[in-house]
Amino acid sequence: MTWIISLGAILVLVILYMIFKIGNLVGLVKGKKEEEFSISWNNANAIMFMIFMVVGLGGFFWYSYAHFDEYTLPVASIHGEVTDSLFWITMWVTVVAFAIIFVVMFWFTFAYKYEKGRKAAYFADNHKLEILWTVVPAIVLALLVFRGLRVWHEITGPASKEAVVVEMVGQQWLWMARYPGVKDKTLGHHNYKLIDASNEFGLDLTDKNSYDDFKSLELHIPVGQEILMKIRAKDVLHSVFLPHFRVKMDAVPGVQTHFKFTATKTTAQMREELNNPAFNYEMACTEVCGKGHFSMKFPVVVDTQEDYQEWLESQESWLKQNPDYLKYVPAELKEAAMIKAGIPLDNTVSVQTAAIK
Amino acid sequence: MATIDVHPQTATHHHDEHGDDHAHHGNFWTTYIFSEDHKVIAKQFLLTGMAWALIGGMLSVLFRLQLGFPEANLGWLKPILGGWLTPEGKIDPEFYLALVTMHGTIMVFFVLTAGLSGTFSNFLIPLQIGARDMASGFMNMLSYWFFFLSSAIMFISLFISTGPAAGGWVIYPPLSALPQAISGSGLGMTLWLVSMALFIVSSLLGSINYITTVINMRTLGMSFTKLPLTIWAFFLTAIIGILSFPVLFAAALLLIFDRSFGTSFYLSDIYIGGEALPNQGGSPILFQHLFWFLGHPEVYIVLLPALGITSEIIATNSRKPIFGYKAMVGSMLFIAILSFVVWAHHMFVTGMNPFLGSIFTLLTLIIAVPSAVKIFNYVTTLWKGNIRFTPAMLFSIGLVSFFLTGGITGIFLGNSAVDIQLHDTYFVVAHFHLVMGSASFFGMMAGVYHWFPKMFGRMMDEKLGYLHFWLTFIGVYLVFFPMHYIGIAGFPRRYYTWTAFETFSGFADLNMLVSVAAIITMVAQFIFLFNFIYNIFRGKLAPANPWNATTLEWTTPRLPGHGNWVGEIPTVYRWPYDYSKPGSKEDFIPQHIPYSETPESNLPHENDEIKLEMGGARAIVVEERKH
Repeated sequence: MTWIISLGAILVLVILYMIFKIGNLVGLVKGKKEEEFSISWNNANAIMFMIFMVVGLGGFFWYSYAHFDEYTLPVASIHGEVTDSLFWITMWVTVVAFAIIFVVMFWFTFAYKYEKGRKAAYFADNHKLEILWTVVPAIVLALLVFRGLRVWHEITGPASKEAVVVEMVGQQWLWMARYPGVKDKTLGHHNYKLIDASNEFGLDLTDKNSYDDFKSLELHIPVGQEILMKIRAKDVLHSVFLPHFRVKMDAVPGVQTHFKFTATKTTAQMREELNNPAFNYEMACTEVCGKGHFSMKFPVVVDTQEDYQEWLESQESWLKQNPDYLKYVPAELKEAAMIKAGIPLDNTVSVQTAAIK
Repeated sequence: MATIDVHPQTATHHHDEHGDDHAHHGNFWTTYIFSEDHKVIAKQFLLTGMAWALIGGMLSVLFRLQLGFPEANLGWLKPILGGWLTPEGKIDPEFYLALVTMHGTIMVFFVLTAGLSGTFSNFLIPLQIGARDMASGFMNMLSYWFFFLSSAIMFISLFISTGPAAGGWVIYPPLSALPQAISGSGLGMTLWLVSMALFIVSSLLGSINYITTVINMRTLGMSFTKLPLTIWAFFLTAIIGILSFPVLFAAALLLIFDRSFGTSFYLSDIYIGGEALPNQGGSPILFQHLFWFLGHPEVYIVLLPALGITSEIIATNSRKPIFGYKAMVGSMLFIAILSFVVWAHHMFVTGMNPFLGSIFTLLTLIIAVPSAVKIFNYVTTLWKGNIRFTPAMLFSIGLVSFFLTGGITGIFLGNSAVDIQLHDTYFVVAHFHLVMGSASFFGMMAGVYHWFPKMFGRMMDEKLGYLHFWLTFIGVYLVFFPMHYIGIAGFPRRYYTWTAFETFSGFADLNMLVSVAAIITMVAQFIFLFNFIYNIFRGKLAPANPWNATTLEWTTPRLPGHGNWVGEIPTVYRWPYDYSKPGSKEDFIPQHIPYSETPESNLPHENDEIKLEMGGARAIVVEERKH
C-alpha cells in the first residue's frame, strides 16, 4: 500500500519534470525572449495546484477509508466510547470545513491565475462576509467545546466509593502495580525515603493498611467496575497510557495523580472481537523519561469479575514475600500485621531468631 | 509624526548602481561583522538561521532513518557519529533522544525565532516604515552577537562526550535536572541552559528595538492604520516576546538552581540510582506552567511574522488589496492577547487541576476563531485576483495550506476530553509541524524569495524556485500527513522504536514513506541553497521594484546603502494595499504617491484622507519654519 503512495509521489515528480520540459519547449517554439514574466510557467504552477488538490484530497479520502481498521484502535472503556464519538464528530465537522476551504482555495489559484490585460477586483472588505465567517466558526466551536467540557467534567470527576483502587508506580524504565489487598481494600502509606532494593514502593510499615498490599507485574482489572488508578513516579516524569481504554495521565514525582475509568471488554472478549487469539491489552509510557522510554510496557488483563476476585485472592501480600521487613512493624501491631499479611504466626519466632543469629 | 533627521551623512554621496558606499563608513569589520546597519544584521541572522536549519534538518533525517528503517545498518555514518552508533550500526537510544531534543530546540528557537524574526523584523521594519535604521543600532548589533554566542554554545554542546541535552526540547525536570537520569542532563543540559539564557537576552534586545522603532520612527504620514501587515506582525511578535521570554528565563534560572545549588523548586520525593534525594516540596508541574507560559506564545512568535510576510506577498501577487485589513490586524491582536492565556492546553493530562483544564479548553478554542478569520481572508484575497505565481507566492499559498491543514487538528487537541487519547502521540507531532513548523518555514522561504532582490540587489532563479517549492510542498505533506494516522492509532512520540508493543506494531510502511519523503525534502533544500548563494553573486541585476509592490522598501535604490534612502525619506499618503484600484492606469499605487496625483482613482471614502493630506502639507511647512 505504501508503494501505491510512493508511486503517487514519484508520479507527481514525473509530472513536474514533464511540465518543466514542456515549459522549456514551448518557450523555444515561441522563440521566447528573456521576458520578466512567463505566462506558461504561471499556468503550469496553477495546473500543478489543481493536480495537487485532486490527488491530495483523493489520496486522503481513499487512505482514510481503505485503511480505517489499521489506524483506529478498538475502544474498551465507557468514557472512551464517549471521547471517541466526540473525536469523530469533530472529525466530520473539520473534514467538511477543510475540504471546502481546500478546494475553494486551490480553485481560486487556478481560476484567477494571471491573464494579460485583466485587472483584479478592488475588493478590500465586506463586513457581512467577515461577520459571517467569524460567527459561524464561533458557534460551531462553542458547540464542540460545550460537549467536550461536559465529557471532561465527567471523566475528571471524583470516583465512586466502590471503585477498585490500583496504584501505578513508574520508574526508569518499568511500571509496577500495587493493590490495596483483599482485607482492608486501602492502600498503605508510602514514603520515598523508605525505598530500597526490596521495598520498591517505599511502603510505610507503621501504617496498618500497608500489610496486605501486594505488588503485581501485571495490571489485572475487573470488567464493568470502576477503577481508580492512583499514579506516581519515583524518579522522573512518566505517563500512564492505556491506548484501548483512552486513559492517559502523567506520573509525577512528589505529586499523586489519578484517573478513573471502567473497562467494558475482557481480554477474552476483545480477542474474540478482533479475531486475534494473541491479543493483549498493554500499558505504555508517553512522557519522555530517558533511554528506555520506548520499552516501558506493562501487560494489562481485563478479567470477568469472578476471575478477578480469584486472581486477587491468589496474590501474596508484599509483607509475606518480604518477611524481613516485619522488623519495621511497630511491636504492638506485629501480630495484626502477620494476620493481615497472611504470614503464619509461628513464623515470627524463626524470623526473629534468624535476625538475632 | 516623528521623523529622525539623519540624512547629512548619507544623502550626498550615493550612486544607485555599484554603490560602494560601505567604503565611506568603515572597514571590513565594522561593515560586515560588527555592523550596526539593520540590513547587514538581518543578513547575519538569515545566514546563521539557514546554517541552523541545515543542522536541524540533518538531525531530523538521522532520527527518521532510525524510525523508517529500524533494521538498517548505519555503519557508514560511523565517521560522523562515532560512539553514538551501537556496535550493530544502530543509533544509540539515548542519542536518539538527543537528536529529537536538539532538532526541536534548533528549529523552534534558532531557525524560526531568530532566523525568521531576526531576519525580517530587522530588514523590513526600517525599510517599510520609512526609517534610516533601527532605534538603536548598537543594541541591534548586540542582539545578533548574543545570538551568535548562544549559537556557538549550543553548537559546541553537540560535540561533548556526554552528548547534548536529551530530555526533549521542553526540558521537563526532573529528567533535565538529574544527570543520573540521562547523560544529556549533565554538561549538555548546562550548555543548553546557558545558551538559552543568552538567546533570551538576544531576543529581548531585538524586540525592544523593534517596538521602539515601530512606535517612534515611522516616516511622515505612516500612521498605524497605514502600516503594512508585516510590520503589524513583527510589532506584535516583539511585544509577545518581551512579555514571555523573561518567564522562560526565570524557569531556566530556577532549573539551574535546582541542578547546581541544591534547591527544590521542581524536585520532590525522588529516588534514583539507588538513593533518595534530599529535595522535597518542589513541583515538576510548576516548571511546565512556567515553560509553557513562554512556550505557547512562542508558537505565535514563530507564526505571526510568517503570517505577516504572507499577507504582504499574497496581496502583491494577487494584485489585490489584502481582504479585511482591519480584521487581519484585529485577529493578530486578538491572537497575541489570547496566546498568553492558553498555555496549559499543553498540560491537560499532567495532573493539573481538571478545572483549569476546562478553562484552558474554552480559551484555546476561542483562539481558533481569529485563526479561521485569517484563513478566510487569505482565500478571499485570491478571489478575482490576477495571480502571479512567483516562488514567494507559491510558498505563501503553501503556508496557508499548511496553516489550514495543521490548524484544524488543533480543534481536536484543544478539546481536553479528546486530547486525553491524542496527547503526546504522533497526532500532535503532525499538528504542530504543519501549523507552526512548516507554515513558518514556508513564511521564511517566501520572505527570502520576495525580498532577495532588495537584500542583495539581484534576482533568484524562478524555475529553481518552482522546483524547490513543489518538492518541498509535496514532501512536507508526505512527511506530516501520514503522521495523523499513526497518531490516531496511538503511537507515542519520542519513541526510539515501537517494536516493544503489539498495539503499535503496524505502520512500518507509513513510517518508511515518511522517512523517504523527509530525505527528499531535505535534499530539495540544496536546490534553494544553490539558488540563494549563486545568485547573491551571479544573479540578474534586480530592478528597484521587481514585483510592482506598493510598500516603501521598493522606493529605495536597487541595493539600499546605509541610511536606506538617497535624499529625503518618502512621505506616506495611503495604505499599503492599493492594488488594481479602479480608474488607475497601473495596477498598483505605491504608498508614497499622494492622492492629489491620482484623482482618477480616488474613492469617496478617502475624502477625509485627501483633506488631511492638504492640511498635513501645510502643517509640515509650518513645522519646518520653527527649526
